[in-house]
Amino acid sequence: MSEKFDVVGTSVHRVDGRALVTGKPVFVDDLPKRPGQLHIALLTSPHAHALIKSIDTTLAEQSPGVAIVLDHRNTPEKRYTTAGQGHPEPSPYDARMFDTKVRWVGDRVAAVAADSLEAARKAIDLIEVEYEILEPVLSIDEAVADNAPVIHDEEDSLDVWDAEHNIAAHVVANAGDIEKGFAESDITVDVTTETQYAQHAPLEPHVVSSYLDDNGRLVIVTSTQVPFHVRRIIGRLLDVPIHQIRVIKPRIGGGFGVKQEVLIEDLTALVTIRTGLPSQMIYTREEEFISSRTRHPMRIRVKLGAKADGTLHAVLMEVLSNTGAYGTHSLTVLSNVGSKTLPLYNKAPHLRFAGDAVYTNLPVGGAYRGYGATQGYFTLETAVDRLAGKLGVDPLEWRKQNHIREGEGSPIFAALGEGREGVEQTITSSALEECIRQGAERIGWTAKRGEKRQDGSWVHGVGMSIHMQGSGIPLIDMAAANIKMNDDGSFNLLVGATDLGTGSDTVLGQIAAEVLAVPLEKVVVLSSDTDVTPFDVGAYASSTTYVSGMATQRAAEAVRDQILEVASAMLGADATTLEIEDERVIAPDDRSVSLGDIAMRSFYNEDQHQIAATRSCVPDLSPPPFLASFCEVAVDTETGRIKVLDYVAAIDCGTAINPKLAEGQMEGAVANGIGYALFEEIIFDDLGRPKTPDFARYKIPGPLDLPHLETILVESYEPTGPMGAKSISEIGINAPIPTIANAVYDATGVWLTETPFTPEKVWKALQGD
Amino acid sequence: MNLLLSINGGQLSTEVEAGDTLLDALRGNGYTSVKDGCANGDCGTCAVLIDGRAVASCLVFAGQAEGHEITTIEGVTGADQAYHPLQQTMLDAGGVQCGYCIPAMILTAADLLERNPSPTRDHISSYLAGNLCRCTGYVKQIDAIEMAAAILRGDDDE
Repeated sequence: MSEKFDVVGTSVHRVDGRALVTGKPVFVDDLPKRPGQLHIALLTSPHAHALIKSIDTTLAEQSPGVAIVLDHRNTPEKRYTTAGQGHPEPSPYDARMFDTKVRWVGDRVAAVAADSLEAARKAIDLIEVEYEILEPVLSIDEAVADNAPVIHDEEDSLDVWDAEHNIAAHVVANAGDIEKGFAESDITVDVTTETQYAQHAPLEPHVVSSYLDDNGRLVIVTSTQVPFHVRRIIGRLLDVPIHQIRVIKPRIGGGFGVKQEVLIEDLTALVTIRTGLPSQMIYTREEEFISSRTRHPMRIRVKLGAKADGTLHAVLMEVLSNTGAYGTHSLTVLSNVGSKTLPLYNKAPHLRFAGDAVYTNLPVGGAYRGYGATQGYFTLETAVDRLAGKLGVDPLEWRKQNHIREGEGSPIFAALGEGREGVEQTITSSALEECIRQGAERIGWTAKRGEKRQDGSWVHGVGMSIHMQGSGIPLIDMAAANIKMNDDGSFNLLVGATDLGTGSDTVLGQIAAEVLAVPLEKVVVLSSDTDVTPFDVGAYASSTTYVSGMATQRAAEAVRDQILEVASAMLGADATTLEIEDERVIAPDDRSVSLGDIAMRSFYNEDQHQIAATRSCVPDLSPPPFLASFCEVAVDTETGRIKVLDYVAAIDCGTAINPKLAEGQMEGAVANGIGYALFEEIIFDDLGRPKTPDFARYKIPGPLDLPHLETILVESYEPTGPMGAKSISEIGINAPIPTIANAVYDATGVWLTETPFTPEKVWKALQGD
Repeated sequence: MNLLLSINGGQLSTEVEAGDTLLDALRGNGYTSVKDGCANGDCGTCAVLIDGRAVASCLVFAGQAEGHEITTIEGVTGADQAYHPLQQTMLDAGGVQCGYCIPAMILTAADLLERNPSPTRDHISSYLAGNLCRCTGYVKQIDAIEMAAAILRGDDDE
């Protein structure tokens, strides 16, 4: 099934590896400072819900070193969304740069640009603001209560579903007849789960610098996942023509979705436009936790109905998502809760998905690796274990009986997409059964599941769950790649795709090198400079390997064809008989020319032209990667503490273009998922003020908090993907919550329904609370 | 005030404010490999070696570093940009993703291997407890440190 490759499938070093391990200045804040650069500090709201009655910036403006003060009186009033999505963004236009109303603790009030950060911060302290404090809405229940305060009562917001009732977005999708489905079912289970606020916590916070180039064009250097969306959204917001903006993405210190947001580019851009001076803004760690974006907390109900023989017959999923103060990604994350989970068990003819995303006066939800599927799989995969329990079957066997297979579809694919109807599709590759088999064998499922094992107060259990995600957004995402040939037979690969630390520059380079039959070092990769590289929607929705990878493969194939045409003239042989091998084009009679000679001829001698091609990809499918996840836990019945002792992720991502980078994606996603399952949480006081704005109080996993994470790459070959590949970046983060919850049930007989699974909650559950 | 700092075997004369941290002084003088991930001593991305020991440079006043030998990743990289074994094995093992935490992680590991040439995986985890990484699950970074330890012990010499 799988083909033999030379460069693809090898764990070559990352193309940016040398720069990173030697600490070269490659991140935004490391780059040389421009003379006169201003530093920007932010004044944020101390209140969860308030009107700004007056604001006095006189003293701040007179403060030493201050160049400009921005607030709602001197900035554009147009509504927009900070969600870095394609045009038109499927998120409500409910935000302003600075508004007269503040909607969460951390919302913007004013910004100061000064010649030093200290001067900017001093001036911030001199701004006088008079607030009229409004009753805050601090939970989903308060948001949907009768007579709840209206958070978005402004007239000019667009595409809010029902502002009067604090509903930002609403989604319904049906297949079959859900009532009939449950009536015909022999066994049902009904589960409701709750998930918490969490933050992405990239080690590099948001950081942007702006300046005017020699021709007066606005240059924005930013740590972003979406440079082309930044250019478009900033252009509209600040009324700057697209051709007057250049967005450059250098190396990025992690994103995980939080940098799929046009969060502070508007501030540096406007300061630079107004003052003519370079400017820079870096979120402090506290601002990153409070004023940035988060994972939407959700309450999800799943009801399953099955026939006595175990066949799934009806699935109901109801979602209440907390989008916080603004509706960024509210509709699409909500849709994804169902669209990425429900097709997994496609045997049920009767399905219903319904959900609302509600506004609260709490931090703003955004894109976060997993994008709703993380929350949805908690409910679905624990409900599945409960159903199997009621049926008296091994949950692993039940899954094998009911999961989707190659060649099969699901009515959900067409019924539910990202914020709109989806795209009909059938599964073109799946090694899920093999993932389940290998994962079960490695964890010792048969020997351990259901066996009482105790060690003092610690009881042991094993759990599993299975998952699918997607590879990009079908018929929406677009990626392009350009390849040009150089004198020495090397190539420049220019992609709009955005390597945020994932290694996508390397993976795309490997795909090009494979097609062109050259070693990776002969492909010089440059990504994400809107003046130089072709368009790409950016790094989100597990799209880069599959979508940008296919664009790269097509560009490389077009360049290869051009090379063979020149070689054909040089060798006097038909192009279709020629092959490229080891940087030479070889004729059937073994005569050959080097790629360098071909390039030199086309530059300087005959039929002179640049060998180059640009190709695009808009996928009409989103082939899902599949994952079987297993873990062993120990639960201390005296304290409620959970220790994850062993974790195995068996993943089918098609061809692993670079196996170590693929494993790294899985390990990082699982680590983040374990943190979310066990301890990561933004905690608020009763006025909605976050109490956890640093790494001491918002803990992310360190090496001592994790078990050894084992990734098993189970190969399949995706016929529509580049070299058989599918994407892998998000899926792993969805698995730890249900896998751990199912293992805790195996150990203790207790179901956990609310994350994070802190010792306190587990202990209470063990007491029957 | 003026300080004379010993960095990577050389001398740096620099002006600092009384409250400046060593992190401020290093980044301000172009040592941008030393990262500022939280300015609070929690994340470990600002770690440098002071007299061979890994220390969070955001928790040290610049003035306190005078008279001590400071090493950043630039001081670990060899002449002609040759890799230290830890730099080589971080790439070999696939321990680098975004790379933001990597210089500090390599320095911390160098400190560990200096005092314990044969650490177990648990030893390594304990030593890296203050070095947060959000991209990886630490698996490959621990692999890399084990591999580098073997190289530094000369296990590969046959």
